[in-house]
Amino acid sequence: MAINTDIQETSPELERLKELYADKGFVVTSINNLINWARTGSLHWMTFGLACCAVEMMHVGTPRYDVERFGAAPRASPRHADVLIVAGTLTNKMASALRKAYDQMPEPRYVISMGSCANGGGYYHYSYSVVRGCDRIIPVDVYVPGCPPTAEGLLYGLLQLQKKIRREGNIKR
Amino acid sequence: MSKITEVAKEAIKKNCNPIEISDDFNQLQISISADQILDVVDFIKNDEACEFRQITDIAGVDFPDRQKRFDVIYHFLSFKHNSRLRIKIIIGEDESIPSITSIFPAANWFEREAFDMYGIQFRDHPDLRRILTDYGFEGYPLRKDFPLSGNVEIRYDEIDKKIVHEPVNLQQDFRSFDIQSPWERTNYLKEDKKNNE
Repeated sequence: MAINTDIQETSPELERLKELYADKGFVVTSINNLINWARTGSLHWMTFGLACCAVEMMHVGTPRYDVERFGAAPRASPRHADVLIVAGTLTNKMASALRKAYDQMPEPRYVISMGSCANGGGYYHYSYSVVRGCDRIIPVDVYVPGCPPTAEGLLYGLLQLQKKIRREGNIKR
Repeated sequence: MSKITEVAKEAIKKNCNPIEISDDFNQLQISISADQILDVVDFIKNDEACEFRQITDIAGVDFPDRQKRFDVIYHFLSFKHNSRLRIKIIIGEDESIPSITSIFPAANWFEREAFDMYGIQFRDHPDLRRILTDYGFEGYPLRKDFPLSGNVEIRYDEIDKKIVHEPVNLQQDFRSFDIQSPWERTNYLKEDKKNNE
């Protein structure tokens, strides 16, 4: 079921409700906004570290960049995860495993492709054993460029993904 | 050259009957024939003057113009004497070489890798399968006549719901850059091929 997201302005009745309940400890909002808030605020990522990009992905989780302040946390199982970060070179041999991990993720699911190798093969584009972009295997939401991208770069990508989720604003993806 | 290496060299020369032996850069290197390998490896592992008890690597080299196209190179390390040893064997494409896994169990995966990359056959290997390349991979990627981008590429097929293998179709051809003269335009291999024909 898709909710109409065009209605940004609230009705006068809602404004009155807000006024009535604001000082009694209640917040009035639409269910759509609430679901978006919940989704963007709990982007648990599936660690799919394949190469050196994985090190930058680790940095994102450490206190200096501290991605957990955005409600994200690394999960070891795809069944717990909302977002899959493909960090590194995807080889032909690994491709079926990546697809399997993606298929196990519950909806709604998102994919961040991190670094040149995952985006389009990168340095190994002409290799006989490397997939020329992980979007040949799974659909990708956000591409983070760089070789490897900085931890800040990945964090920015994650924020862009939050923005995208907010913009889509559907209960069903 | 250190005295220990000298002693080892003399011992190998006396007992192993190598085709060639050298000690350039203070590293021992011997050339032998394929059927000597088991005796030689057993000797250099257990002889007191050698004691090369670690196998570091097994490498292959491809010389496509040569009649016997492959070099198989074994690297050994002696902790006791702090010295290294290379053993070099030349074999042809249709020949095989005895496996040394009975003497060095660690050689198992090295031999599998050499088989995977060059198609070098190791006789009496317990489990001579491919080790690094994709399941069902065809060809030997480190041979000089193997195309850089291989023969197949993969993608996920949304209709069949599985990963499919297709012939390689590059959006942009591989370019060779001329670092010496940046003003020359880059050569596209596809154009080069066309001009040669």
